[in-house]
Amino acid sequence: MPEVVIKTDKLTKRFGNFTAVDEITFEVFKGEIFGFLGANGAGKTTAMRMLTGLSNPTSGKASVAGFDVYKQTENIKKNIGYMSQKFSLYGDLTVLENLQFFGGIYGLSDKQIKEKSEELIEELELQKQANKLVDDLPLGWKQKLAFSVAIFHNPKIVFLDEPTGGVDPVARRQVWSLIYAAADKGITVFVTTHYMDEAEYCNRISIMVDGKIVALDSPGNLKKQFNSQSMDDVFLQLARGAKRNE
Amino acid sequence: MRTLKILLQKEFRQIFRNKIILRITMVMPIMQFIILPLAANFEIKNINLVVVDHDHSVDSRKLLSDITSSGYFRLIDYDNTFDEAYKFIETDKADVVLEIPVDFERNLVREGSQKIFIAFNAINGTKAGLGASYLRTIVSDYNKDILVDLIPSTKNANKAGIDVVPLDWFNAQRNYQLSLIPGILGMLVTLVSGFLTSLNIVKEKEIGTIEQINVSPIRKRDFILAKLIPFWILANVIFTLGLILSYFLYHIIPQGNLLVLYVFLAVYLLAILGFGLLVSTYSETQQQAMFIMYFFMMIFLLLGGLFTPIESMPHWAQMITKLNPVAYLINVIRMVMLKGSTLKDILPELGSVAIMAVVLNVWAVLNYKKKM
Amino acid sequence: MKQFLSFVKKEFRHVLRDRRVLLILFGMPVVQVLLFGFALSNEIKNTKIVIVDYAKDYASQQITTKIAASHYFDIEKNLLSHDQLLSSFKKGKIKEAVIFPASFAKDLSHKGGAQIQVISDASDLNTSNQITAYLTNIILNYQAEQNQLQKIPIQIIPETRMLYNPELKGAPNFVPGVMAMVLLLVCVMMTAVAIVKEKETGTMEVLLVSPMKPWTIIVSKAAPYLILSLVDLISILVLSVYVLGVPVAGNIFLLLAESTLFILTCLMLGILISIGTASQQIAMLISLVGMMMPALMLSGFMFPIENMPYALQIISNIIPSKWYYIIVKNVMIKGTGFSAVWKETLILAGITLLLFFVSLKKFKIRLQ
Repeated sequence: MPEVVIKTDKLTKRFGNFTAVDEITFEVFKGEIFGFLGANGAGKTTAMRMLTGLSNPTSGKASVAGFDVYKQTENIKKNIGYMSQKFSLYGDLTVLENLQFFGGIYGLSDKQIKEKSEELIEELELQKQANKLVDDLPLGWKQKLAFSVAIFHNPKIVFLDEPTGGVDPVARRQVWSLIYAAADKGITVFVTTHYMDEAEYCNRISIMVDGKIVALDSPGNLKKQFNSQSMDDVFLQLARGAKRNE
Repeated sequence: MRTLKILLQKEFRQIFRNKIILRITMVMPIMQFIILPLAANFEIKNINLVVVDHDHSVDSRKLLSDITSSGYFRLIDYDNTFDEAYKFIETDKADVVLEIPVDFERNLVREGSQKIFIAFNAINGTKAGLGASYLRTIVSDYNKDILVDLIPSTKNANKAGIDVVPLDWFNAQRNYQLSLIPGILGMLVTLVSGFLTSLNIVKEKEIGTIEQINVSPIRKRDFILAKLIPFWILANVIFTLGLILSYFLYHIIPQGNLLVLYVFLAVYLLAILGFGLLVSTYSETQQQAMFIMYFFMMIFLLLGGLFTPIESMPHWAQMITKLNPVAYLINVIRMVMLKGSTLKDILPELGSVAIMAVVLNVWAVLNYKKKM
Repeated sequence: MKQFLSFVKKEFRHVLRDRRVLLILFGMPVVQVLLFGFALSNEIKNTKIVIVDYAKDYASQQITTKIAASHYFDIEKNLLSHDQLLSSFKKGKIKEAVIFPASFAKDLSHKGGAQIQVISDASDLNTSNQITAYLTNIILNYQAEQNQLQKIPIQIIPETRMLYNPELKGAPNFVPGVMAMVLLLVCVMMTAVAIVKEKETGTMEVLLVSPMKPWTIIVSKAAPYLILSLVDLISILVLSVYVLGVPVAGNIFLLLAESTLFILTCLMLGILISIGTASQQIAMLISLVGMMMPALMLSGFMFPIENMPYALQIISNIIPSKWYYIIVKNVMIKGTGFSAVWKETLILAGITLLLFFVSLKKFKIRLQ
């Protein structure tokens, strides 16, 4: 049995009368790519914010990397990487300076930062852009860089919130190959998306509708279960009953 | 410690990267500091005077010459009627009308006393009040003079000849610039550093980078400190440049120990920057932060005691100034620069500002939530 | 026209959406005008002075009683030495010291004259001047009374009338000044941010590719803020009349019209700033750090413009609040008509037009 790195039990978040996340229960295993699917407003981002310690749950239990999301958020933060929906590198710093900064705040030494930066820049083929301001990079590159920054400190788990939003198909594929490479290194990937073709790239996916998890399995099994050719179809069948508008 | 270093490095890089902001924050206050002090003059001189002399006598002319030669009044026009003269007041060309009645000289000699009529444009109460006081002094001197002239025997029996001898300590040349410039410098430093800090955290909120910080293990304390230190240094640099300029441009030589001033400034800046950060943590957009900061800054500056005396305010407003850091700054700058006060003299002020610094910064740290 | 209206509507929605900013925009000017209207004044009251009476005779005591009766001062009677006085001044405990020399009354009656020393803390020259003037007045009054008692012949008695402000209050001077300053800063700040924000969020490009004419964009950007500012203006006026006790002596419609003109000037200035800058931060820093102190010091309500060096008097002409301050003073306090302020009105209108055309030109250049 593989090691469980994320575990939730009836995790719930309410804003006033509105239940954004409704008693979700699931487990994520070490090294897998776990997809979190749902229409806009289904509660994906809220669920992720609770797991990353950005938001307190209303009720239920959850642990990330073995730490409790209520009391040990600072410990969680040492063990995770995060890439938010909004582009979140410093546009007025250069590529290298961003790496230096984010490496630094996760406690990497100068030497480690230097070595890893060189490695990373070579990997991403950013040699010419290393000293350019991040603002001046094309969006696809920014996104790849943002992902690389999120796993720069070798976290146990990386949370990706719509990592490929607004990016062209070529860049999307490149981001995904980076995600695979990270998973191969043993980093658990927790990714939200609403691109159904991306769901196919995940080991297991959960589908959220109106704050609840309505399906959770590997893409192959889900397709079999719903007798569908594509994930798109699976999702449409499940989302038909959704009450929340986009 | 290392996290703080990394954070500081990032802040400084961002500050120095944005050349326009850097230029605004350095050049704008310095430019203003070179120009504005020239305007800083409360001196009441050149009070514009219109005279309606119905008497045209030797005495009335002597009185007028006494008034105009005093240096406070400038004769603008002679008119025949009060109504004509009043037009000058209506159009702001004159500040005061002096009317000398018919038979001024004759009545003075025969009846022993004679009234003259003075009408001030009193919209600016200060100017009118001081002008009236100058005029009274001139007339009182004139009274003594004519008494001696007309009845020489009174020369020695000049009763109740009280002579008020004013002595101006700490500023014997009665130089308004000396009294105002150090305060103006303090205000400019406050404005720049306060506005910059208030924009800082909220900018990261707007761009979204704050999320990346919030999911990282950075401690709140380190984050706030890293936001504070760069602007603290910047403010000290601007203040020092200002002191150098005020020495070379306005020949202002501090009477007290500059070290005392810097000790106070160090604590004072913590209070102002802490306030800016607090505003930043409460705001959602830069616009909000800026408006809130503007609101308080304007109150801080106008109720700081530089432009109008704090003693003149109503009691409740004086209570408000107890919470106004700028009021302490202006007071202490004056004490140290002009009066040569020592650290012991400014201890009460230093204590008040230190309390503010602690409260505001702790509040800002507590209010900066890594969670939403 | 329809285009224009829909654009104005959009602008209104923006402004009305952010409740917090809206609250600040309405609350701020009102609170500030109230606060400053009450607090700004140069009247002397409860000022701490020390009376050092070496004479302790009837004359010195009579004068002391008179000073005490004036309620301007908070008196401490103490025989402080020179060093003790110096230390009190340095600690900021007292503002002024009155010193009666020994044998004050004797000198007065026998030698025919005596001196009173008034030592002031001239590090705050503005305040010390006032205090000295008040003290001198009290002492001269005493002297005049004595003269009358002793039937001294021949004296001129000045009869002084204070026009427009008989009690010499601070409000008639400061309320117009504060109005000018608050309106200037708020209007400039609001509009300066408005356009830059669209640039930052990228929505400006959408507007630029639309068939809207540049002037429509500028005018419709300004329209909601004009209305906001007018609401501010009216609340300020109501407050100054009913709370601060500064009535509108002249024609209220003239005052409103002139104020609208001034608000337009400020909006245009804000728009020019926002066209010339690339980020909200810069626009805000320019409109606040750049304008607060000059508006405070060069508009004439704090420091008399005629005292300034010639070059600065020229510079002060470009500060719109200087002209508006003169207009408000005339229309609101003195009650004069348009004939007294037509020149200032013309200048304000000129500045407004100039700003509008410069903005338009800069805006067009950016389009190409």
